[in-house]
Amino acid sequence: MARISITVDGVRYDDDVEPRTLLVYHLREQLGKVGTVVGCDTSNCGACTVLMSDPDGRLVGVKSCAVLAVQADGRQVVTIEGLAGPDNTLHPVQKAFHERHALQCGFCTPGMIMAAVDLLTDNPDPSDAQIREGLEGNLCRCTGYQNIVRAVRDAARDLREAGRSAAPAAPTPLAGEDETPDSGLPREQVPDEVIPQPVP
Amino acid sequence: MTVTAEVGAPRRRKEDARLITGRTMWTENITLPGMLHLAILRSPMAHARITRIDCAPALGQPGVVAAFSGRDVADVQGSLPCAWLVTEDIVHPDHPPLAVDEVRHVGEAVAVVAARSRAAALDALAAVEVDYEPLPVVLDLEQALAEGADLVHADKGTNRSYDWVFDSGAAGTGGSVDEALASAEVVIRRRYRQQRLIPAFMEPRSVVVDPTGDQYSIWSATQIPHILRFLVSVVTGTPEQKVRVVAPDVGGGFGGKLQVTPEELICFVAARRLGKPVKYTESRADSLVSAHHGRDMIQDLELAARRDGTVLGLKVHLTANMGAYLGLVTPGIPLLGAFMYNGIYKFPAYRFECTGVFTNTVITDAYRGAGRPEATYAIERLMDELAVELNLDPIEVRRRNWIRAEEFPFTTVAGLTYDSGDYAAATDRALALLGYDELRREQAQRREAGDPVQLGIGVSTYTEMCGLAPSRVLGSLRYGAGGWESAMVRVLPTGKVEVVTGTSPHGQGHETAWSQIVADELGVPFDDVEVLHGDTRSSYKGLDTYGSRSLAVGGIALYQACQKVVEKAKPIAARLLECDPADLEFTGGRFQVRGHPDGGKTIADCSLAVFTSHDLPDGVEPTLDADAVYDPVNFSFPHGSHLCAVEVDTQTGRVDVRSYVAVDDVGKAVNPLIVEGQVHGGVVQGIAQALFEEAVYDGDGNLLSGTFVDYTLPSAADLPDLVTDRTESPAPGHPLGAKGVGEAGTIAATPAVVNAVVDALRHRGVSDIQMPCTPERVWQALQSASRSDQQGGGS
Ligand code: FES
Ligand code: FES
Repeated sequence: MARISITVDGVRYDDDVEPRTLLVYHLREQLGKVGTVVGCDTSNCGACTVLMSDPDGRLVGVKSCAVLAVQADGRQVVTIEGLAGPDNTLHPVQKAFHERHALQCGFCTPGMIMAAVDLLTDNPDPSDAQIREGLEGNLCRCTGYQNIVRAVRDAARDLREAGRSAAPAAPTPLAGEDETPDSGLPREQVPDEVIPQPVP
Repeated sequence: MTVTAEVGAPRRRKEDARLITGRTMWTENITLPGMLHLAILRSPMAHARITRIDCAPALGQPGVVAAFSGRDVADVQGSLPCAWLVTEDIVHPDHPPLAVDEVRHVGEAVAVVAARSRAAALDALAAVEVDYEPLPVVLDLEQALAEGADLVHADKGTNRSYDWVFDSGAAGTGGSVDEALASAEVVIRRRYRQQRLIPAFMEPRSVVVDPTGDQYSIWSATQIPHILRFLVSVVTGTPEQKVRVVAPDVGGGFGGKLQVTPEELICFVAARRLGKPVKYTESRADSLVSAHHGRDMIQDLELAARRDGTVLGLKVHLTANMGAYLGLVTPGIPLLGAFMYNGIYKFPAYRFECTGVFTNTVITDAYRGAGRPEATYAIERLMDELAVELNLDPIEVRRRNWIRAEEFPFTTVAGLTYDSGDYAAATDRALALLGYDELRREQAQRREAGDPVQLGIGVSTYTEMCGLAPSRVLGSLRYGAGGWESAMVRVLPTGKVEVVTGTSPHGQGHETAWSQIVADELGVPFDDVEVLHGDTRSSYKGLDTYGSRSLAVGGIALYQACQKVVEKAKPIAARLLECDPADLEFTGGRFQVRGHPDGGKTIADCSLAVFTSHDLPDGVEPTLDADAVYDPVNFSFPHGSHLCAVEVDTQTGRVDVRSYVAVDDVGKAVNPLIVEGQVHGGVVQGIAQALFEEAVYDGDGNLLSGTFVDYTLPSAADLPDLVTDRTESPAPGHPLGAKGVGEAGTIAATPAVVNAVVDALRHRGVSDIQMPCTPERVWQALQSASRSDQQGGGS
């Protein structure tokens, strides 16, 4: 067992995990973050995509089935459950997916939305071809991608018009370390300001 | 009649709120106290006798609570059901959920481990010991039928499951096809292969069974909770009222979750044995190797025609791969196509023969379109071949044969009565949207210039039968269930409405569309309607979602239930308004005295009066709730014209879909947004069959395309922008005028794309390419065409 501490959707979780545990199973089975799903076992489908801070603290899209939980130690993770702002204001990408009917069964949707947020963070004004290339690692069996492309295009426009980046708020440093092992549940209600929010 | 006019509006979906925020209830999310996790050991052999199997070593592994094999449960596990035994003498082998003595395809379940965690169960699988004695593997359909062939089921003495024939001469729906062939000026003979496909829904299948409490509760990622409840009860001998089935949010199906699976029964047996809740969620590898596949048939076709392009008849022989057993509706899938090989054309003679064959592969069964894409592919490819033979434009040859708008209702050579349609209108619209004439000019220029990238234009003018189905027709085809659908409308005291539907959506947006219908019919706000589905405790009656049937059949049941609510409310409104019920009309969501457009009472007013029941007229039952069950009198027949332009690189064989136009006529659209989404998804699955996907077994029966690396679903980057439009021929007999739309795109798209690829290379001597038209296959086709050209030139 390895001791890890990950801040997920603004709440810090300290857990003992088996070194082989994949981040996606840690999120789902230990932390109850079942909004993030598993669609394959070869890192092809992208259903499990979340944002994770890199060593510089920048949130980037990762396939959480291709990351070990121990590799996420000390990192910030944002899942689909933490993407909406306070009072459940939808992120512009979520809103555009709804407006454009960019989902049917919705199984690919959490990963697709997170991948789209990642894409728009890197490229706020992508062409349709760049959107299609950018989402190549995320499979959808229902929509034929047409409305997903439209939704991402709309979200990009809305973000630009609002002068915002697609990225949720910059990761905050971990709260003070607590030595006592916990049950994997959040130790404290995190104040509003550290809940990842879109930059106004 | 109504003022809200929800029906026809592009309402954003209610379902989305939970799906875009990660608050969805997938089966795999369910965790129950004391729940055990199952892992399933699968056969690595395509055909073998199990000479020894020992689960005991797994029991010593950490966290393992139980382990058992097929032998341990042989007397209690039952046999998986087939509900469509298409002939009286069909060969129908037993299909134990866990193999007992013999395995007949790679991936067949042989043993199960129950443990405290998923990881512990998976770890312990390696400890189960199995000795296999290999048996001969049967894979090739034609060899399987040959004299002295090795057998998938030795005790059956044959690999032939059934022969099924429809003949228009014998049925009295047309003439003799042999006469048509004998008298034809042109006969086109072709053999096409419908490659094996995998439905590949994105949510892997998952099952939870809880044996505690009064009922067995089964949560399953299924399209068919009602059928599953009935069949679990029959197969396991559990009284039906003791079984509850829930299909929570289900992540796609496409026919792939229209099945009673080994895993569902294994979980049921394990939960019953262990007295604890159990869960099994398949990995993608498990899913690809063991969930049923689709298509996989050889089509031998003969089309008879006159030189003026008039088609005289069509003869079809199918050799259809059943896989190793018969799944829920395996034998019937090719027959769903039997009535559609004539497409939109009115030729007078038709014969269809189908032979079902066992092989050592996983079963085939429903996959989006189920029989109808194969039929449409055949006739639409043949129409192109006929056009080439006669030097006619492919649109023109279709025009000369299709049913004209004024000829509906039209009874076809296959005996179906097409309800309505306007093929010319849809085709003209599609031609204009694509810019057909311009593309033909560009094509001519590129040919002229010897451009290495050639342009091809493909046409597919399709119809399909959907809205399954009149129960009597299903009965005459020996299908084991009816085709009705049910709806209940409950008006709550505050005037909010609960709809309980027998349909079981898994991406189709029924919660939204059904709310739109109820909003219009009862005059309540869209947001005041809640649609309950997929739980046999609330929705105890239904026939579920497949075959583009839910709106076409279930929509009528819902409409009728709403009418009953209005009828029930009428005397109550009359009492509230102190008038004679006969003087009331229900308009714009209000009961009003005829001629007095002010005032009036709403359904909500009546529901409160019913709740208190202080002052109801004598003899009026204090409820507004109503049920309706509707059995359709006919199928419904959407149609459309899909056109596709592809660019084919003759040096690399690479195909790019440059533009795609789909003009569909699905009758009236309740929600055009959802209709368009269904067309997009359907078209892309059709394109995928044409260009990308194939399930491939090697010579030993190992599935080579066992991951998403090898079974290549298209990504966004592989696909073009789709242009969609609609024409509208309302469905007669449907109060909303709606036809089905779930499968149309898939049925139409495959031949449009392959016709385009072949069209691009026709001048180079290519007349067919085996699907999927991968760069390698296209390149090979070009090479062999140029070889035969050279040989031809020398002779
Ligand atoms: S689950 Fe498919 S890529 Fe992670
Ligand atoms: S919406 Fe079903 S897989 Fe994308």
